[in-house]
Amino acid sequence: MKGKALPKLFLIKNGDIIDPANGKRSPGSILLKNGRIDKIGKRISAPEAETYDANGKVVTHGFCDLHVHFREPGREDKETLASGANAALAGGFTEVCVMPNTDPPLDTPQSIRFIVEKGSGLPVKIHPIGAISSGQLGKELTELGAMTGEGAVAFSDDGIPVMDSGLMRQVLEYTIPLGVPVINHAEDLTLKLNGQMHEGTWSTRLGLAGIPDVSESIMVNRDLELTAMTGGRLHIPHVSSAKSVEWIRAAKEGGLNVTAEVTPHHLFFTDGSLHAYDTNCKVAPPIRSREDRQVLMDAVKDGTIDIIATDHAPHTIEEKEMPFDWAPCGIIGLESAFGAVWKVLGEAGMELEQVITTMTLNPRLAMGFEGNLFDNGREAEITILDPDEEWIFFQEHLYSKSRNSPFIGQNLKGRVKATISAGWLFKQ
Amino acid sequence: MGFLRDKHLLGLAETPKEDIELILQHASSFREVLDRPIKKVPTLQGKTVVNLFFEDSTRTRISFELAQKRLSADTVNFSAGRSSLKKGESFKDTARNIEAMKIDCIVMRHPVPGAHVHLINYVNSVVVNAGDGTHEHPTQGLLDMMSLLEVKGNLEGLKVALVGDIKHSRVARSNIHGLLTMGAEVMLCGPPNLMPVNIENLGVSMSYDIDEVLAWSDAVNVLRIQRERQGVSYIPSVREYRDLFGITHERVERLKEPITIMHPGPINRGVEIDSDVADSENAIILNQVLNGVAVRMAVLYLLLGDQPKAS
Repeated sequence: MKGKALPKLFLIKNGDIIDPANGKRSPGSILLKNGRIDKIGKRISAPEAETYDANGKVVTHGFCDLHVHFREPGREDKETLASGANAALAGGFTEVCVMPNTDPPLDTPQSIRFIVEKGSGLPVKIHPIGAISSGQLGKELTELGAMTGEGAVAFSDDGIPVMDSGLMRQVLEYTIPLGVPVINHAEDLTLKLNGQMHEGTWSTRLGLAGIPDVSESIMVNRDLELTAMTGGRLHIPHVSSAKSVEWIRAAKEGGLNVTAEVTPHHLFFTDGSLHAYDTNCKVAPPIRSREDRQVLMDAVKDGTIDIIATDHAPHTIEEKEMPFDWAPCGIIGLESAFGAVWKVLGEAGMELEQVITTMTLNPRLAMGFEGNLFDNGREAEITILDPDEEWIFFQEHLYSKSRNSPFIGQNLKGRVKATISAGWLFKQ
Repeated sequence: MGFLRDKHLLGLAETPKEDIELILQHASSFREVLDRPIKKVPTLQGKTVVNLFFEDSTRTRISFELAQKRLSADTVNFSAGRSSLKKGESFKDTARNIEAMKIDCIVMRHPVPGAHVHLINYVNSVVVNAGDGTHEHPTQGLLDMMSLLEVKGNLEGLKVALVGDIKHSRVARSNIHGLLTMGAEVMLCGPPNLMPVNIENLGVSMSYDIDEVLAWSDAVNVLRIQRERQGVSYIPSVREYRDLFGITHERVERLKEPITIMHPGPINRGVEIDSDVADSENAIILNQVLNGVAVRMAVLYLLLGDQPKAS
């Protein structure tokens, strides 16, 4: 994507405008003045404005990804806030939440401030998620209040499950007055052991140690029970298994205030995709069976899973070229997210509006961000898509510093054509 | 190019029946060479094979090395501990550096399943899998089949039991794939917590009753048992394992028909198998060892040997 400053007057003309916050879809144009929404209407005449012809394209809110890893501080060779922001823009994202498993982890008010300050000049809004426990060690709570004061929008020991149920209870309780969600990577480590992939026929064939689906669902169920007990605010990241979906569905039907996300890679691939030991498919939680994948798609459709998040996790080539057991877990996913998700969910019969809502309104509401982006006077965060474009995802489409994407070489459907964010216009 | 469908031997899961038959035929010819006073043929003269062992091994490495020497190939051994490999030079660089010295074949043992699939992306040499973690050990599967064939005459319809820790056994996986391809029936027996999930999907049957399994089988392949793996205890005690799954003298005595006893080694005498069963006349454990050299000669010849020119 190439960026340039938005001209004083900018007209997005004749687009198919989808406003997820108000549940509206209609043809029209959007006029931006000094980077802010000036007018949205059927016909806007602004002869002095620079024009973007959005005919045949969808114009909607900038995407929001509440689960990314930008590796700063500590592993700037894999990603920085700046390079991650470029990858986000290329994927149509204007707002992201970065996970705290950096080196050192984001477990102090100072480290939260570092991210807020360093991210403030970038064209994508970057919100830090703070660690639940000091050093992500699962022992002592961090200064959750002070970190929230500095800009932490949620708490998670991401990558490292909170195995201690007592600590999980505490953080769910302690954060109630702070009004921020708790996000726990749900994998019972005593069941996971040295597991490398989903436990099933494929792991048996490949001889790779298996990670059973219940290693996730047991902890999801525990967290839901603790949430019901405490009245805390839980967000469940990267749901991978059918069994977890069942627990979440039951909890939501019982009226529990809980949100859940799924990643594009868990919707797109199955454990059979690992047949040639592709380390770019190695991820935690693991990519599961065909049946699990079907249940995940149905769960997005019926709203049990309300959010799509990438879990964008950059790693170096050198690390991913290691033999399978030694390669790190993680997949980058910002640039390929929409094309992957719309291909899979569109083919499964989902409406475009609903898919967009899972990438815009729902994550913003889950994190307590403003969800109504098309109000007059707001700084424009707009993504322009061609939902019909079929394309093959190649390495040159990546803006991340890393290349660990199993989407390379895959056929995708739907493509981000332009992203407007922070007074900038980025075009493919 | 060699005589087999694939350029490499990575596992028996994808090896077609014709190729297994061809390997076993050649193995039995090479087996005769091993009985000669001068146990050496010039077949692979001028070829260089590197034995790249990233995991400790005595018998498999010696067996491969002998096979290479009997075929007059030049051999080099490289042994590296697990830890040194993990930290220092990357796997890719190690392999490429060795290949840069102009070699023809890499025989590799590696603790990680699928390491060979990665290796063939980095090198042009022929690759033979000498064991990859808990995935496959194809030459062991082949030598087990060769040994069965010697005493039974045919693999089609043969009833073979694999007993022990199936979950962590590359020997079991290669035996399952090879035997099923050749038309044998396979039954697994062992503690339920050492059975891999969905193993029935590979086409085998399963039982936890060792006496029933032995009564069913024509041959039993007894796997080595380790009480603990990577800090996880799978077996409460040796005594209990022997009671429930051990191939004991009393169990074998009770059988109406004698069955063939196999073990890939190294044996824990008195644990998974009683000493006098391992040394009995129905045991073919040392034949397996000898056949290992012959099978490895056959594999190397068929992968590295020159095709006769078409007339």
